Amino acid sequence: MNVTLKIRRFNPERDREPWWGTYTVEAESTDRLLDALNHVKWYQDGTLTFRRSCAHGVCGSDAMLINGSNALACKVLLKDLGQHVTVEPLRGFRVIKDLLVDLEPFFAKYRQVKPYLITASAPPANERLQSPAERERYDDTTKCILCGACTTACPSFWANPAYIGPAAIVNAHRFIFDSRDEGAEERLSILNTADGVWRCRTIFNCVEACPRGINVTRAIGEVKQALLYRKL
Amino acid sequence: MYQKYDAVIVGAGGAGLMAALHLSSAGRVAVISKLYPVRSHTGAAQGGIGAALGNLEEDHWEWHMFDTIKGSDYLADQDAAEILCREAIETVYDLEHWGLPFSRTPDGRIAQRPFGGHTREYGKAAVRRSCYAADRTGHMILQTLYQQCIKHDVHFFNEFHLLDLLVEGGRCAGAVALCLATGELHTFHAKAVLLATGGCGRMFRVTSNALALTGDGMAVAYRRGIPLEDMEFFQFHPTGIYKLGILLSEGARGEGAILRNNQGERFMQRYAPTLLDLAPRDMVSRAIYREIQEGRGIGGKNYVHLDMTHLGREVLDQKLPDITDFVRTYLGIEPATQPVPVHPTAHYAMGGIPTDVDGRVVVDEHNTPLPGLYAAGECACVSVHGANRLGTNSLVDILVFGRRSGRHAATFMKQNDWPPLPPRPDERAAALLAQLMNTGGSERAADIRDTLQNEMMDKAGVFREAKGLQAMREKLQELRERYQRVKLEDRGAQYNTELVEVIELGGMIDLADTLVAGALARQESRGAHSREDFPQRDDAHWLKHTLAYQTPRGPELRYKPVKITKFEPKERKY
Ligand SMILES: Cc1cc2nc3c(=O)[nH]c(=O)nc-3n(C[C@H](O)[C@H](O)[C@H](O)COP(=O)(O)OP(=O)(O)OC[C@H]3O[C@@H](n4cnc5c(N)ncnc54)[C@H](O)[C@@H]3O)c2cc1C
Ligand code: SF4
Ligand code: FES
Repeated sequence: MNVTLKIRRFNPERDREPWWGTYTVEAESTDRLLDALNHVKWYQDGTLTFRRSCAHGVCGSDAMLINGSNALACKVLLKDLGQHVTVEPLRGFRVIKDLLVDLEPFFAKYRQVKPYLITASAPPANERLQSPAERERYDDTTKCILCGACTTACPSFWANPAYIGPAAIVNAHRFIFDSRDEGAEERLSILNTADGVWRCRTIFNCVEACPRGINVTRAIGEVKQALLYRKL
Repeated sequence: MYQKYDAVIVGAGGAGLMAALHLSSAGRVAVISKLYPVRSHTGAAQGGIGAALGNLEEDHWEWHMFDTIKGSDYLADQDAAEILCREAIETVYDLEHWGLPFSRTPDGRIAQRPFGGHTREYGKAAVRRSCYAADRTGHMILQTLYQQCIKHDVHFFNEFHLLDLLVEGGRCAGAVALCLATGELHTFHAKAVLLATGGCGRMFRVTSNALALTGDGMAVAYRRGIPLEDMEFFQFHPTGIYKLGILLSEGARGEGAILRNNQGERFMQRYAPTLLDLAPRDMVSRAIYREIQEGRGIGGKNYVHLDMTHLGREVLDQKLPDITDFVRTYLGIEPATQPVPVHPTAHYAMGGIPTDVDGRVVVDEHNTPLPGLYAAGECACVSVHGANRLGTNSLVDILVFGRRSGRHAATFMKQNDWPPLPPRPDERAAALLAQLMNTGGSERAADIRDTLQNEMMDKAGVFREAKGLQAMREKLQELRERYQRVKLEDRGAQYNTELVEVIELGGMIDLADTLVAGALARQESRGAHSREDFPQRDDAHWLKHTLAYQTPRGPELRYKPVKITKFEPKERKY
């Protein structure tokens, strides 16, 4: 099939304003959008710039706005996009070049929630025990690949870029509900601030955007509950 | 730009991050990585990390060691393999203590499952040794290590691309990297440099490796006169998704999935009667190729079926959720009810930068170290995998030897001062960039890369013979000439990812050279190196490691002995 890609372009060394580039690629319907982007880069315009690595949805490099929704370019197939595909950088992050955006503020927020196991007690010689049910309790949020699709799909984030955002909350959740962790209080107080969890208006965009199928809104809801009742 | 650090780690996958955790408390340490750390391909590892915890049945590190040696077709260095299997156990506990969310047994311990080539009592039957977190073990390892690095304030230079190593007066004096955001060259002056840049699977057409796995660290070292060891041993994993090469973990067969040919036959019965589908990867990949060659591929095509239909949805959803999702997403197939088309996919470089068991890079057949230079992970060759790596052993390797090299480098940097830098340290890197930016050539990098990947797949893949390898050698010469005229459309400084891809391609041509030279010379079949014209293993002549050195006439080969401590070479049957 022939696919027409309309790609939002911006080269800081050349352009004053972003512009739309249009490219036609001959592709299989089962190709990934990433294959088509690579095709443009490799055979039509070497300056097209985006991040990518794993090409199968596990590294989180290539989240972008595809036909108006956030997704990983390597996890959507052309057959599901139609013959005209619009590709833009994630919304709400500073565009550096073409589809490549500034991720530093995103990772700064991730670091803010202390995303590492906090324990007071010394570990045993072997493993700490954790029952399958306790492990299941936080399973969903362990899947996050920090792609940024949820945060940049969130109207609360667009309105207020200081909002810590769903991705950071997901990663706080991953530890708050881990039976081995003892840092829940610290994290909850970080999330209880003006730009914390209460900015979430339960709009559900994040759930739709998440390529790992994480129920982001539920995770945020559980953190809110924990804050209200301090019951984990 | 000039920066001074006690040590520099290049690469932020499992090996680099583990080293960073053990090094960064000892001084000022920089981790440079061309990808954001969490994008590293360690995150793609699925099936598990091997350690004889014995959580579900009796197990011992000696058994693990025996399996590793036998799996390696006796080419692994046994002193190193012993360390690997002993230290695997504490390494897994460390990960758990750092919060890694392992899957659990009913009594709350780390869950374990069978994996290819891992046995009890020296080969009697499969054993549950692979510690896993569903089929996302690598993801959890990468996340957990990165989390610990955040906790310990490790200093990262993200999206910095290594271009050169500085070697001055017989010591490593630092590294030169391109800052992708600005296009500037940075000289990192350091007492110790640790390379942890991962694998090079992208030199093949069908691969499980990320687009970024182009073997840069190996190529940079090679160009600085450091040999590459055992490059001819490249593992093809039996079950890559048809055409795409995306991996379907051996964990699937560990959970009971079965390979079938066009007659529905479980053909592994004929090739490995004891371990069947859980025989080591080299054997299973060859078996699949044979089935296809003999006309038993599905519909006469070049693939077979991985049958998971009898596992039940619960096992698929609980234990293999990601690969189930890959099959649904990329093939539109429901693995609970339909068999999945698979064929071997280029997966893992057993070879790499030679090191001793402390991660020190060694530069000759006498294992002479190059002071200040370390390597760990897939870019290194200790050698614990010999001619064929067992599943779950790379994650052990990157962590055990990432840690050991980090520790050794920590001591080294305390005891030594900075070596002097050469007068213009970034000269070579600058010349490389200038040459590429100003060629005005007409050759498309993508065309050169396509040819490289296709030809390597056909001539230096699962089966090899002199004629094909010879032809490949000539082809590489031609590709090298074309590369001199490579075209660059992006002449910008900021995030010039086209430039990066062209640099990566140049490195892969060098690495392919070493692979083909080693494979052509090695007139035997051992592990993943399978010569149609020399089908037998030949210990009398070839029980030795290859070292490839760069010369203007192409790779020059030398050899060094294998260290044998506990297990004498025997015929390998499963
Ligand atoms: C799909 C898949 C599944 C696997 N499953 C398993 C498994 O279940 N069990 C197992 O034991 N093994 C498995 N393996 C193998 C194992 O995952 C890898 O061998 C291992 O993770 C490699 O780790 P590493 O730290 O050496 O490199 P990587 O994790 O690949 O990291 C390389 C790092 O180097 C950096 N880098 C590279 N080049 C440059 C440069 N020029 N400049 C700066 N930085 C650079 C990258 O940014 C990256 O941070 C699997 C491999 C694949 C592909
Ligand atoms: S929660 Fe999902 S969408 Fe958000 S960063 Fe993590 S993986 Fe991406
Ligand atoms: S390239 Fe890794 S998630 Fe798409």
